[in-house]
Amino acid sequence: MPYIWLLIFFLAPFAIIFKISLADPIIAQPPFTPSFNDAGDFQGTADNFAFLLTDKLYAITYLKSVFMATIATVLCLLLGFPMAYGIARASPATRSLLLLLVVLPFWISFLLRVYAWMGLLNNYGVINNALMWMGLIKQPLQLMYTDLAIYIGLVYSYLPFMILPLYATLERMDLDLLDAAQDLGASRTQAFWDITWPLARAGVIAGCLLVFIPAMGEYVIPYLLGGPESLLIGRVLFDEFFVNRDWPMASSVAIVLLLLLVVPIVFLQRSQAKNAEGAT
Amino acid sequence: MKARSRFVLSMLVFGYAFLYIPLLSVIFYSFNDSALATVWGGFSTRWYAQLLQNRQVLDAAILSLRIAVTSATLATIFGTMAGMALTRFGRFRGRTLFTGMITAPLVMPEVITGLSLLLLFVSLQQFIGWPSQRGFSTITIAHTTFAMAYVAVIVQSRLVAMDQSLEEAAMDLGGRPFRVMFDITLPLIAPAMVAGWLLAFTLSLDDLVIASFVSGPGASTLPMLIFSKVKLGVTPDINALATLIIVFVSVGVVLAWLVIRRAQRKTG
Repeated sequence: MPYIWLLIFFLAPFAIIFKISLADPIIAQPPFTPSFNDAGDFQGTADNFAFLLTDKLYAITYLKSVFMATIATVLCLLLGFPMAYGIARASPATRSLLLLLVVLPFWISFLLRVYAWMGLLNNYGVINNALMWMGLIKQPLQLMYTDLAIYIGLVYSYLPFMILPLYATLERMDLDLLDAAQDLGASRTQAFWDITWPLARAGVIAGCLLVFIPAMGEYVIPYLLGGPESLLIGRVLFDEFFVNRDWPMASSVAIVLLLLLVVPIVFLQRSQAKNAEGAT
Repeated sequence: MKARSRFVLSMLVFGYAFLYIPLLSVIFYSFNDSALATVWGGFSTRWYAQLLQNRQVLDAAILSLRIAVTSATLATIFGTMAGMALTRFGRFRGRTLFTGMITAPLVMPEVITGLSLLLLFVSLQQFIGWPSQRGFSTITIAHTTFAMAYVAVIVQSRLVAMDQSLEEAAMDLGGRPFRVMFDITLPLIAPAMVAGWLLAFTLSLDDLVIASFVSGPGASTLPMLIFSKVKLGVTPDINALATLIIVFVSVGVVLAWLVIRRAQRKTG
């Protein structure tokens, strides 16, 4: 039963996207021509893909999305790893409270969390007001509608996705190994890189992928926090669809995005399958 | 040794400050009397009063809640079945595809899921005339589809951790598979199902992108309404609405946490 449900509502749509991505746009309802005529002959076109590959704007957008998602992932890791480490090493009672505090924002509407940052980063927002009040700056800093704002939004929204898998691996780790390493004369840094890091690697990989993949297709954060020139691929897709009403183009954009993400997604599933086997 | 833990501690403090300052500032400013959202004009609750009279907001909230309850329930039923199929049936035809379909919605960017579902609904409409109108039913189907993946994963991990000998013992004592399922398996995985339902419920309430794709004219969920307002900037009544949601969710999560902790203490 769920199998059929998924087949209908998950797999079939992709076939349709693919079909429409080959179609020509026409201004009608629905706005595309059929790619197969009644006799079943193929009469679609690969124009959309050709355009996608030759047009500089799209290439730049894809690259920029990959770039920004990567930076956001690295920032999440830099902040998330010490946090997960600290949580995993805390006493059990504090640990559960600290975890709750990480998970809590995740339950609060994503949109509202991004909205909260709009209030902070605004030209007359909290941060600028505070800085001006302290006399550090005379003019409000332009914080909203910048790439910096997008990074903040991405890291803020996806930090729990990084912390939780990291915590899971760090918590399972056998602390005696560290003691043993130090008894054998390893320095703390050495012990960290030789023992903690390799053991945490599964968590690092899972966390990075869990941040990177959704960050690639992010629409709301660049729309609300980024400026009009911050074209990321999720936003291009959305606009192509809702503003230009060019459904075939939007479908093509989606297919290419999907192809870009297939590698990390398969990778994630592999590592998770391995984890599951290791756990049982 | 000292330097290291001080570093970890400062990162923790910084991280939590990073997570909570934005939320606290929204709550703080929701009590601002001034119509300019970021200039402090004295304490007031007038935005809350205004919010409660706003029909649009109330309608959207009710629609969102209806969708969330329906899709969370459906997702829990399907997700539990899927989780059982994955852990108990061993190998069956199409298992790899099935596993893939379960995990893919978890990570798929929302824009892709939303677009693909909308295109499906459009073609369905062309072929069989249903759904003639996009709104409640289409959003519910869409939310069920991606939420059941989350439920399936939660139920699956619970089933894997569960002691299978209980089921085997019940079977040995002559329980029919159906009885065993209802008397043994379901009560044991009930906590996971509750957790899955709650997660599906929140995900549905939270979703903006997929709902915008599959919704039609006239049906806007609460996130869609908030988004259309937020586009124009920070406004005090959204601050008030956000505060209500934040407080509501926080109380719910903390209560759930306390209940779980007490239950764990009892058994542990």
